[in-house]
Amino acid sequence: MFENLSERLGGILDRLTKRGALSEADVNEAMREVRRALIEADVALDVVRSFTDKVRSRAVGEQVIRSVTPGQMVVKIVHDQLVEMLGSDARGIDLNATRPVPLMLVGLQGSGKTTTAAKIARRLTDRQKLKVLLASLDTRRPAAQEQLRVLGEQAGIETLPIIPGQLPVEIAGRAMNAGRLGGYDVVILDTAGRTHIDEPLMVEMADIKRTTNPHEILLVADSLTGQDAVNLAKSFNDRVGITGIVLTRVDGDGRGGAALSMRAVTERPIKLIGTGEKLDALEDFDPERIAGRILGMGDIVGLVEKAAANIDAEQAQKAAERMRKGVFTLDDLAEQLGQMQKLGGMSSLMGMIPGIGKAKKQIDAMGIDDSVFKRQVAIISSMTRAERRNPDLLKASRKKRVAAGSGTKVEEVNKLLKMHRQMADMMKAMGKGKGMFGKLGSMMGMGGMGGGLPPGGMPDPAALEKLARGMPGGLPGGLPGGLPGGGLPGLGGMKIPGLPGLPGLPGKKK
Amino acid sequence: MAEKGFFRRVFGGASTPEAEQTEVVETPVPAAVPAVEAPVEKVTWFQKLKRGLSRSSNAISESIVSVFTKRKLDAAALEEFEEVLIKADLGPATAMAITDALRTGRYDREISEEEVKEVLAAEIRKVMDPVAKPLAIDAARKPHVILVVGVNGTGKTTTIGKLTAQLTAEGRKIVLAAGDTFRAAAIEQLKIWGSRSGAEVIAREPGADAAGLAFDALKQAQETGADILLIDTAGRLQNRDELMAELEKILRVIRKVDPSAPHTVLLTLDATTGQNALSQVEIFGKRAGVTGLVMTKLDGTARGGILVAISAKYGLPVHYIGVGEGIDDLEPFAADDFARALAGL
Repeated sequence: MFENLSERLGGILDRLTKRGALSEADVNEAMREVRRALIEADVALDVVRSFTDKVRSRAVGEQVIRSVTPGQMVVKIVHDQLVEMLGSDARGIDLNATRPVPLMLVGLQGSGKTTTAAKIARRLTDRQKLKVLLASLDTRRPAAQEQLRVLGEQAGIETLPIIPGQLPVEIAGRAMNAGRLGGYDVVILDTAGRTHIDEPLMVEMADIKRTTNPHEILLVADSLTGQDAVNLAKSFNDRVGITGIVLTRVDGDGRGGAALSMRAVTERPIKLIGTGEKLDALEDFDPERIAGRILGMGDIVGLVEKAAANIDAEQAQKAAERMRKGVFTLDDLAEQLGQMQKLGGMSSLMGMIPGIGKAKKQIDAMGIDDSVFKRQVAIISSMTRAERRNPDLLKASRKKRVAAGSGTKVEEVNKLLKMHRQMADMMKAMGKGKGMFGKLGSMMGMGGMGGGLPPGGMPDPAALEKLARGMPGGLPGGLPGGLPGGGLPGLGGMKIPGLPGLPGLPGKKK
Repeated sequence: MAEKGFFRRVFGGASTPEAEQTEVVETPVPAAVPAVEAPVEKVTWFQKLKRGLSRSSNAISESIVSVFTKRKLDAAALEEFEEVLIKADLGPATAMAITDALRTGRYDREISEEEVKEVLAAEIRKVMDPVAKPLAIDAARKPHVILVVGVNGTGKTTTIGKLTAQLTAEGRKIVLAAGDTFRAAAIEQLKIWGSRSGAEVIAREPGADAAGLAFDALKQAQETGADILLIDTAGRLQNRDELMAELEKILRVIRKVDPSAPHTVLLTLDATTGQNALSQVEIFGKRAGVTGLVMTKLDGTARGGILVAISAKYGLPVHYIGVGEGIDDLEPFAADDFARALAGL
């Protein structure tokens, strides 16, 4: 039921790529599926239509017929069209104006304006060394002004002192005054949430704009929004003329259709995305990256960034070195389990790996969650050093001791040992192996996944390769430390692509 | 070609804003006046609901008019009808089911606007009737524990504030637990709502362990003989495993005080949310044992149709709908009114 758009498109385009030549009927069938997938992803209907129309007219024609693999060509067209519609012109916040530069945030209730205000302030302070003043004009929701004050405190950003009883427009004027007198570079005005049919509040919003003449008016919108996204984006844009969109809750498992809709209907760029509850969880919007995610490449960039930030590079290097030699002890396994937890656990990781959605569902169905890994680490910690180095020592009585020590059962100990043995065997094979990646790719069960990743699902293998090269030691160096192949630990015989499978992907392409 | 025109009509031709303005004139809400002080409006809740849903039903009924006045009920007309429903966030599956019901016995016949609306209302009612259940408070419990969960910004604290006012008005003694210890000023927000109804608020410092707070709050509510304990929780995305585990911990811990608690787990859903609301219901249901739903923000243009899809799939009771920021803007959910209002009847 909850297939991602990327999986849907992956499946459809997979079918396409398996055919030789590409007829108009092929494209039409694919476009029907694309249309349905986009609707399920909450893309507004008229946006869906213009999207499929554009792709269809580009796909049926000479350029496709002449290309060597028509399926790949279609994938590329869909991808390019997505990027184009999402905005190939990613831009940051424009502060090219007289100081203090007023920046106004608008949006529905609960879309994340206040949190976003603090995040932007923090970002401008950290990255551009600007002096930022935060001001809450939300006199409606209880404690809203207090919320911004506390956030400002947490972020080390100054907030406009609260004067009870002032009207939003008065606060706005006071904020700009304070900004001028205090020598601030930027004044961020956080407004009250409002529905776009609440006329008095829309008038108030226009009044605030008139008073402060903001250089940027950003619409803060929830990426989980449904078909209503077009209405709200259009209304806000019509009333105050937004200059950009900030998409929040991008770390959710929503399919993000709202991004496409709002961008299409307002023709304003998506400038930033909120990716978490912490104050630094604000990122540049990268249409390539979002389109790639939609198409089934997964959010590889995000994964690599996350891995780079969390994994001790040196440790990973060492682990990779050992792996290359074919050595894989229980200590190595424990380390990898630990690192996986650091990366935010299974569900968070799985969401980022391309084409893995099906496996994720299987795992959910099997009831495996992160506590399994915690228990496995506990089992390993209950072994002696000698046992960890040489698991063969573990006979019945030792196993009983380990189980008791870790609060588990002997069966669980056995399961872990079996898993480790399989992984160690594979490491050994890999260590000797020729063409490590190619082999990994197939061993990782890319095929076994049952079309986990469409062979044609990489619109631009070069980009992936570049990405891999950009990593310290390439992905194989950086990530095998994170996750051994042969299925994720704890999944028994189930084959899902471990991270090391990633570099194998481009190689899978003919 | 006809389809293009249809979309232009639905997506706000020039006439829509005017319609909105006249609508608002009837119901002035001064922006600067805090919502609580707004005078009690002399309208029935059905009128209010209709007002809240009016945009949705207008959009739907306008579309229905445009789709059906000049047409036979042929395949193209049915497809357009299905799209109208999809635009109301009913979701592809539910939209298809209703379209099928419309097709049965009427295919290729001329069909009037009224008839289409009746079928739409009847189909929505069929799905919503079984789930329209009032929130039942077990008076034997002292206290009846209500845990309120949901994604960030869906309106948990506001819903608790409104609910507290209603339950207090019924003569019950309410205790509130400020379980959102994460978001800045969430505790203050709940305290303000509590003071509006005179309910006691149990809180700890920001960043405190929510489960521990819930434990203490339940003990205290038991000792003071409260009728109802309402526990606020921090907003969390349902795909964040560690945050969902935190929620499970709250459940575990309050069961140490009262093994039968919580007696009600309310999930707040934002009406503007699209198909992801299904995932929210599924995962919160699985991990927090949701017993009932509250749909918030139906006073915007969001059509609320996702509720039909959710009810068709999960059949969870829908207790309330939120139709504004005022303290009395929480209405019991009534299937017939909802169906009729959505169908534009």
